[in-house]
Amino acid sequence: MKASAFAYARATSVDHALQLLSVHGEAAKVLSGGQSLMPAMNLRLISPGVIVDIGDLSELRGVAVREDVLRIGALTRHAELLRSSEIITNAPLLAGAAAHVAHPAIRNRGTIGGSLAHADPAAELPACMLALEATIVVRGGHGERRIPATDFFTGIFETTLAIDELLVAVELPIARKTSAHFFHEFARRHGDYAIAGLAAQAIVEGGFFAELRLAYFALGDRPALAAAAARLINVAVTPALISEASATLAEELEPHEDQQASSAMRGHLANVLFKRAIAALLRRPELAGAAA
Amino acid sequence: MPISLRVNGERVNAHVLPRLNLADFLREHLQLTGTHVGCEHGVCGACTVRVDDDIVRACLMLAVQAHGASVQTIEGLSDSGEISDLQAAFRDRNALQCGYCTPGMLMAAQDLLKQQPAPSRDEIREHLSGNYCRCTGYHAIIDAIEAAADARRRSVP
Repeated sequence: MKASAFAYARATSVDHALQLLSVHGEAAKVLSGGQSLMPAMNLRLISPGVIVDIGDLSELRGVAVREDVLRIGALTRHAELLRSSEIITNAPLLAGAAAHVAHPAIRNRGTIGGSLAHADPAAELPACMLALEATIVVRGGHGERRIPATDFFTGIFETTLAIDELLVAVELPIARKTSAHFFHEFARRHGDYAIAGLAAQAIVEGGFFAELRLAYFALGDRPALAAAAARLINVAVTPALISEASATLAEELEPHEDQQASSAMRGHLANVLFKRAIAALLRRPELAGAAA
Repeated sequence: MPISLRVNGERVNAHVLPRLNLADFLREHLQLTGTHVGCEHGVCGACTVRVDDDIVRACLMLAVQAHGASVQTIEGLSDSGEISDLQAAFRDRNALQCGYCTPGMLMAAQDLLKQQPAPSRDEIREHLSGNYCRCTGYHAIIDAIEAAADARRRSVP
C-alpha cells in the first residue's frame, strides 16, 4: 500500500526540528532513515499528520572519540557502524551487531538514532546500548538530557523520549585491552528479526570476569540485562556454576510467545546463547557444551 | 514540494506530493518502469535502486528525500553497459524466470561485486538476503553472480 497524505517539513537545524516537534506535538513524527517508519506508514499502521525530516542535519552525523568516550551521532547509518574504523576499534560489539541488522540496502539508510528511538524489542542496537553502558543524549526545548540506556527503553516501541525531544547522539565508554564481546542471534533468515538474541560485553582479567553484561533482545517487551551474569563475576567459572547460573536465568526471563517461537523455545535459545557467550568471552570452548 | 535531482545522469526537476515514494516517482513520473514495486514495505527488494552510489529500497524513501541526490536505476546501469556481463550471466544460467525480481537482484549483485570482487557463495547469499525471488530457488542466481565475478577477475590482468 501507499502512505496516506501528510505534511512534510525539512528541518534545517536541531533547533528548527525541536520547534517543529513542539508546534505539531502528537501529530508529528521524526523521519531519519525511514526504514521502520516508512513500512509502518505504507502499511497504514500509522498515519502521521506531519513528517519532520531530519536527514539534512549534518550536526547529527559523525563518530568521534574524545578521551575515553565514543560519541556516535544519531544519523550515523548502520552501514557506517559496520565500516567505521573508530567503531571497529572502540566498540567492536556494535560493528558485529550491525551486520545482523536487516539487509545491505536497508543498512545504507537506517540510522542508529532511529533504531533506538523506535525501540523495537527484537532490534539489535538497543540491546548493544545496554551491554555497552551507553548514555543516550537527547535534546528538547529545555536543553539536553542524558539518559542511561538501562532507563531509556520502557516497552514495545516505547522509550522515555518525550514527543518534543530529539535523540541526538549516544556516548559509550571505549573498549579496553581486557574487553571482550559476543554477539549472536537466531533468525529464520539472515537479516530477519531475531527470534532470540544476545549482545554481551565483558572485562576478563586472569581468566575471571571482572565485569559481565548480557543484554538479551527479542525475549520480552524491551531489551534487558540478565541479572544471572552477577553469579559469574570474580569466580572460577565451571560447568557446575554455569548450570546454576542458567537456572537463575530461566527464572528471571519471561519470554513471550508469537508465531515465530513458543515461550519455551525462546527460553531454550536464551540458555544456548548464555553458554555460548560465556565460552566465547572466556575463550574456553568446552564450556559451550556445559549441561543445562 | 519542488525537487531537483539527477536520475541516470540527467537533471530532473519536478513537483511532487510528500507522500510519493521514490519508486512510484521513477515509475509514474519518469516512466522508468524497470524499478519494480513488490511488497511496498521494504521486504522484497524488487525496488532496489542506487542513491548516491549506495543501494536503497525505493519504496522506503520519499521522492522529497531524494532532493539533491543522484539516483541510478536499472535502466541507467543497463544502458551504460556497467552490468552487461551480469545480465548475460543471468540469461546463460537461467537465473530469471518471470523477471520480476531481476532488476533488484542485478542492483544488489553489482553492489556486492563493487565491494567484494571475489565473493564466496555464502557472501553472495548474504548480500542478496534482502531480495526475494519466487521462481528460481536462488541457486541459479548465485551461480550467475559467481560466474560473472570469476569472469571479471580473469579479465583483469
